[in-house]
Amino acid sequence: MNDTLAGWLQVIALVGALALSYRPLGDYIAHILTTPKHLRAEKIVYKLGGVNGDADQKWSAYLRSVLAFSAVSVLFLYGFLRLQNHLLLSIGMPAVPSPLAFNTAVSFVTNTNWQAYSGEAAMGHLVQMAGLAVQNFVSAAVGIAVVAALIRGFTRNKTDRVGNFWVDLTRIVLRLMLPLAIVFAIVFVASGMIQNFHGVESISTIAGDHQSLTGGPVASQEVIKELGTNGGGFYNANSAHPFENPNAFTNWLEIYLLLVIGFSLPRTFGKMVGDHRQGYAIVAVMAIIWASSVAIITANELHSVSSQAGHLAGGMMEGKEQRFGIWASALFATSTTLTSTGAVNSFHDSFTPGGGGMTIFNMMLGEIAPGGTGSGLYGILILAIIAVFVAGLMVGRTPEYLGKKLGGREMKFASLYILTTPAIVLVGAGLAMALPGERASMLNSGPHGFSEVLYAFTSAGNNNGSAFAGISVNTDWYNTALGLAMAFGRFLPMVFVLALAGSLARQQPVPVTAGTLPTHRPQFVGLLTGVILIVVGLTYFPALALGPLAEGLS
Amino acid sequence: MSSSLSTVVRNHLAALRMLLVFTVITGIAYPLLITGVAQAAFSGQANGSLVKQNGKVVGSSLLGQNFNLPKKNPNDANEVAKPDPKWFQPRPSAGGYDPLASGASNLGPNNADLIKTIKERKAAVAAFDGVPASKVPADAVTASGSGLDPDISTAYAYEQVARVAKNRGIDPSIVNKLVADNTHSRALGFLGEEYVNVVELNLALANVK
Repeated sequence: MNDTLAGWLQVIALVGALALSYRPLGDYIAHILTTPKHLRAEKIVYKLGGVNGDADQKWSAYLRSVLAFSAVSVLFLYGFLRLQNHLLLSIGMPAVPSPLAFNTAVSFVTNTNWQAYSGEAAMGHLVQMAGLAVQNFVSAAVGIAVVAALIRGFTRNKTDRVGNFWVDLTRIVLRLMLPLAIVFAIVFVASGMIQNFHGVESISTIAGDHQSLTGGPVASQEVIKELGTNGGGFYNANSAHPFENPNAFTNWLEIYLLLVIGFSLPRTFGKMVGDHRQGYAIVAVMAIIWASSVAIITANELHSVSSQAGHLAGGMMEGKEQRFGIWASALFATSTTLTSTGAVNSFHDSFTPGGGGMTIFNMMLGEIAPGGTGSGLYGILILAIIAVFVAGLMVGRTPEYLGKKLGGREMKFASLYILTTPAIVLVGAGLAMALPGERASMLNSGPHGFSEVLYAFTSAGNNNGSAFAGISVNTDWYNTALGLAMAFGRFLPMVFVLALAGSLARQQPVPVTAGTLPTHRPQFVGLLTGVILIVVGLTYFPALALGPLAEGLS
Repeated sequence: MSSSLSTVVRNHLAALRMLLVFTVITGIAYPLLITGVAQAAFSGQANGSLVKQNGKVVGSSLLGQNFNLPKKNPNDANEVAKPDPKWFQPRPSAGGYDPLASGASNLGPNNADLIKTIKERKAAVAAFDGVPASKVPADAVTASGSGLDPDISTAYAYEQVARVAKNRGIDPSIVNKLVADNTHSRALGFLGEEYVNVVELNLALANVK
């Protein structure tokens, strides 16, 4: 089979698998979020946790629970990292230093999984599985819980209640994440991934050299790393490492897992608001952006566009693995930066200016195609509200979305949401470039070096976690600055989303009239896609011009 | 005031208790369950796909290795080890095939050092294998993402056959057949790329009498 046909089949098979999952998985998540029945296991969890599973919370109480859970998680994980050398299964790893422990704790709690450490040199097995991987489960569930509250804002009328955070969290972990993780972890091991508690073993190689073999509970962590769009690798090389991603089949499955919840949630949305067409419109926008990005990155990498090193070598294989090749690497790079995953199976720093620049642009879009678990859907729903508002301005009507009026209060929350991340990214990158010591962290010089800094803050502010990994970020300044960027980039938008949910739920629905903008037709799909590109393009264009664009044109 | 303070404390206490419950379920019980199933049903894979020679573990088929000549002075960190012409050579590695230092070079697409390095590698590989520089494939002159890539392209494998056969004093057709036997086609026929696993290939080579 020739390369091009195989490459296309790989993409088509992925799209097919995601399409087949859309209805059953989306409907199932809707069921989890709406059924009044608690499972016995869930009742036990509520009892052990000391929470009331039948209380319905106001948006402010819901938010306080989210924040309390996250704050406690950061402190717990911070302590875990600082004390790991005193615990079981530390395999000789020392305590994690304070600024790095802060950065790492925030990173995993915010679903970012930015890693300023190298897994094989810093983390023992216990802290990986009972510290970091626990956050892979719950931070993903927090994202879905928040979007569930937002959807309830649309579906509920004249109430101040948006659901129960503890119930949403527990059900998403127990009924969605855990069963899928168990099944696919076993598939991963059967396909060659490791799962053991070995420490480092020294062996003599075939040629008589010495090599240190590593061990660890990798498969159980790998699956939730993708499924929960977390992305934090067990090892430094992440999904390029053969123990984390042994062959092209596990690679394809990892891409599927990191996309599947994000692409199925629009179905959940359509089901909950009682109109599947609304879900199809949203998923269409996600699919258009994703497919365009796959095409752009793949074409740039295949043809070594504007890369002298690539032309000289005869292909863009620097930083890529032979068993995956260019097609599967480009597919992974697109999918990981359009979700909040940030896992990598190839190193973006060595991509072409166009391919690498596109990975930055993908994150700048706010990770909405399909985005992180839950966060992707609430991100695109905010943009849908902006799109409806723009359309309303054109015809001079008060805009409404799904029967809810979008007045001044609603638009304030939506606008604040849209402004938060760019402010964090641009101020952060600007500060780093203004400080000579921080600027010196760049590995490459010129526009490509600036791209490394821009990538770092884009990744942190959008809770992605991947990197142009040449940059040295394990310094006190970067650990602190990026830690704050991740925390604000995660929780400020959540505040606005939940406030918006509360505001929508209070309203009396307005009837659909001939003047109402239909939000399920191709016209709206086009409008929303345009608004996304214009809002993001205008915000970040100057920064992109200094980095990837300058590099590609020089 | 005191009642709102106690609400805050109660909220955080509940949060802590919930976190501990999830830590036990997803952080302890889940990985132990997976490890149990993995060790019982797929112990070969779960323990790292180890390969043995004369009953001794000599590596993992998933992790690439160096196939270099012994250094003149093994304690000299600055001495660059030379590739051993009797073995098939893997791709360049940013971490010297050390699993404790996985990772890539991260050099940009127009980085001057990378361009210089690729030129040097190309010339070195061409001279080593006795082929024109224009024939040297991309994977032979670029460092992988993991620094542990055990695989090379079939083009790079066949390029090395004549040199390996000559230095071992065996018939090239035997070596050619070994490459063919150790070539992995795309997963399921269309996923990823075709490749030759250098660790498996060299192990098979070592067993040729």
